[in-house]
Amino acid sequence: MSKRIYEHPVLRKVVEGIPNKFGSLKRLQPIATIDTVEIDSIISKYGSPVFILSEKTIRQTYRTAYRAFSTRYPKVQFAWSYKTNYLDAVCRVYHQEGAWAEVVSGFEYEKAIDNGTPGTHIIFNGPDKSDEDLIRAINNKSLIHIDHFDELYSILGLTDKLKERPQVAIRVNMDTGIIPQWDRFGFNYENGEAWNAINRILSSGTIDLIGLHIHIGTYITVSKAYATAVEKLAALANKTFDRFNVSIGYIDIGGGFASQNTLHGAYMPATDTSPSFDDYAHAITTAMIAADFPNNETPMLILETGRALIDDAGWLAGTVLANKRLADGKRSMVIDAGVNLMFTAFWYNHEIYPVHESSFQSEPTTIYGPLCMNIDVIRKNIDFPMMNKGDHFVIKRVGAYTMTQWMQFITYRPNIVMIDEKNNVHLVRKAEDKEVFRRQELVPEHL
Amino acid sequence: MSNQKTITVAVTGLNNIDSPGPGVSVIRGIKDSGLNARIIGLAYENLEPGIYMPGLVDKTYLIPFPSTGSEAFIDRLAYINEKEGLDIIIPNFDSELYLFIKYSDQLLNMGIHTFLPTLKQFEERHKDNLPEYGEKYGIKMPVSKAIQNSKELSNLPKPLSYPYYIKGKFYEAFKVNNNNQAVSYFNRLSAKWGLPVVVQQAINGTEVNVIVLGDGEGNTVSAVAMRKQYITDKGKAWGGITINDERLLEITHDIIKKTKWRGAMELEMIKTDEGEYYLIEINPRIPAWVYLAVGAGQNIPEMVCRLAMGEKVIPVTEYEYGKMFIRYSWDLIGDISDFEKIIIFGEL
Amino acid sequence: MSKLNSLAISENGFIFKPSTGESFTTNEIGLLIISFLKQGKTADEIINEITKEFDVDAISAGRDLYEYLDFLKREKMLD
Repeated sequence: MSKRIYEHPVLRKVVEGIPNKFGSLKRLQPIATIDTVEIDSIISKYGSPVFILSEKTIRQTYRTAYRAFSTRYPKVQFAWSYKTNYLDAVCRVYHQEGAWAEVVSGFEYEKAIDNGTPGTHIIFNGPDKSDEDLIRAINNKSLIHIDHFDELYSILGLTDKLKERPQVAIRVNMDTGIIPQWDRFGFNYENGEAWNAINRILSSGTIDLIGLHIHIGTYITVSKAYATAVEKLAALANKTFDRFNVSIGYIDIGGGFASQNTLHGAYMPATDTSPSFDDYAHAITTAMIAADFPNNETPMLILETGRALIDDAGWLAGTVLANKRLADGKRSMVIDAGVNLMFTAFWYNHEIYPVHESSFQSEPTTIYGPLCMNIDVIRKNIDFPMMNKGDHFVIKRVGAYTMTQWMQFITYRPNIVMIDEKNNVHLVRKAEDKEVFRRQELVPEHL
Repeated sequence: MSNQKTITVAVTGLNNIDSPGPGVSVIRGIKDSGLNARIIGLAYENLEPGIYMPGLVDKTYLIPFPSTGSEAFIDRLAYINEKEGLDIIIPNFDSELYLFIKYSDQLLNMGIHTFLPTLKQFEERHKDNLPEYGEKYGIKMPVSKAIQNSKELSNLPKPLSYPYYIKGKFYEAFKVNNNNQAVSYFNRLSAKWGLPVVVQQAINGTEVNVIVLGDGEGNTVSAVAMRKQYITDKGKAWGGITINDERLLEITHDIIKKTKWRGAMELEMIKTDEGEYYLIEINPRIPAWVYLAVGAGQNIPEMVCRLAMGEKVIPVTEYEYGKMFIRYSWDLIGDISDFEKIIIFGEL
Repeated sequence: MSKLNSLAISENGFIFKPSTGESFTTNEIGLLIISFLKQGKTADEIINEITKEFDVDAISAGRDLYEYLDFLKREKMLD
């Protein structure tokens, strides 16, 4: 005789006025596969935890974004934001799709070159560019986006010694109605600093000003802020043309498109509220077309969006370590991936799912990582089914920033695999082991 | 009119408590009308009084909070629709309207009609956007500012000064007289309703309200003005009286004409001693005191149902002045077995 | 087990505690455990019954049972 399916016994107090299971529970459907590949099989082969990337999702998302803009505006160029995820495998998928590289350090610049990106397709952003970095970028005719006057003077100082004319844009910051205003990067529009920088560049006669760049903030969901930004940049382009007879070749609108991850404190899930690529494209391209650029020219539109392109393509799978009742009777669960890998848990309510159906009952649960630190919380108070030690879970939408901001703390960083379009699994970054650290460390002889 | 076919109307907001939702009043309006309606209650919490009131709803279902996400929400509505064959839903909470508007086409495909503003109309009248809204439509409003960070409270732009109101994104407002109070309310409101929190200059005067129904083409189908006679510590009307304020109705018609608002809304205004009107808030839905409008001669819930079903509704302008409502509480005797059904099955 | 007998327990898993007016919900296994407790069975006997009827090992069943008993005690439904 076959035995009946067992369920954990559950006893729950009814709190009047508080929503019960019909009120609050979104039944978490288990996620067993990614692109038809069994998550269990990936864990058994590559260990736990493991990051999983979907090449198919990367390409599809990119194409959706590109279609949204290119069907509305004649000259569109995406530049892959390396800092969001600079795994070579990921970068190369974007480059194959036609994206340039957007880098913010010498390290990222070297990666872009190694990934076969032509120098003229590299946008070099950020406040930290050494003379060495600048010389290489100038010689390669890369697009240098100047962040501050000290950098501008460094470039001016280098022009005597170099044959190539530096190809530059300036980064502009401004009031677009977005709070907080990101005024720590670039030159301010309202107080005339940006115009001063343009004057300085063009009166030197040794540098080419080819673009204007703005990045109005991160996780921006107000499309009209972009429209404000474009209007102000167009005004700057006109002023430049009138004074120097120089046309601005491109407008780089930066990134900052929201992903579908829900921020802490948001009332509605982001999957219901985040604007789509089409919403952004509509706002930005309408503003670009409406803006009056000099000579009736249409500058190229460059987009550096990172998060919204890659977030959906990344997953983190792992294993339950323990279940615990906290002192107040609330349930908690410890998993083998903590904030060392999921830095983003500090601001997102990440979506976490069981890999297999474990229980029909669920209960408010706090999910902790394995680190010996109180702040190691992956998810607070999520209605989650009971899982047993050894069961697998998977976290959705972790493609952005996790694999670049992760910390090597207490333990090794895990494997990263990519599922290709034919559903084959490739290891794209090896887990660390003690040899990695042995290679890096030196011990003084007397120890 | 009474021999027409039965329509099934689902109504939310059955929380007829000290800060009442409009559901029970809406249902009373429908029941008083010539409509032959079956009423399905949609409740979020297991103690919403409307669930248990005899003769009010034919059946109640619990539904998930909108914050759970559209998937669970639509799934549940699909389930209820399958069992009940809904013709109309009248949503009554600000926080659920976004979903109902966004998915109204999908609901219509399921055979469920709504009569709601467009997403654009709904979004642009948000509290954090009121100054621009006022400018666009030429409506006078108190100075206000949307706040993302409590630090901004100590550095508010002029002419904002104490006392002012601090308001949650969806609900709740508190009058504050100093920065400490403001910060403490900021924390409370942002934790509960998210960001931004809105600061709005307090204006001295009498609060007057209008319930109004727009047909979506700029016509005012129905409008009734009311003065709150007594306000509870929760800021809700305890009693109110219909008034004949021509200027107020003129402003109302003008707003509907310019915004082409579709559906019901409530305008909260302050009339100063100088006779000026300031718009302090737009509630994009039927207010809880709608039954006063019914009593004064304009059955807005009935008109909403007819408009939702695509009927032509002739605008009404007449209503009785001096009609009053006095809210009272009444202890309903229920049985634990009803409570059990709601808890265990989510239906009663 | 007199405390358990004072509870009103419906077959749907709804438990009403008349002495305090509180109510609780439980599932099928929970109802089964309560009925075994009412019959005066010991923890070991209950574990035995559960493993006989359900697809579960004694260690898991025991861990769950003791957690369940703790909850009953915390809510003063069991001595």
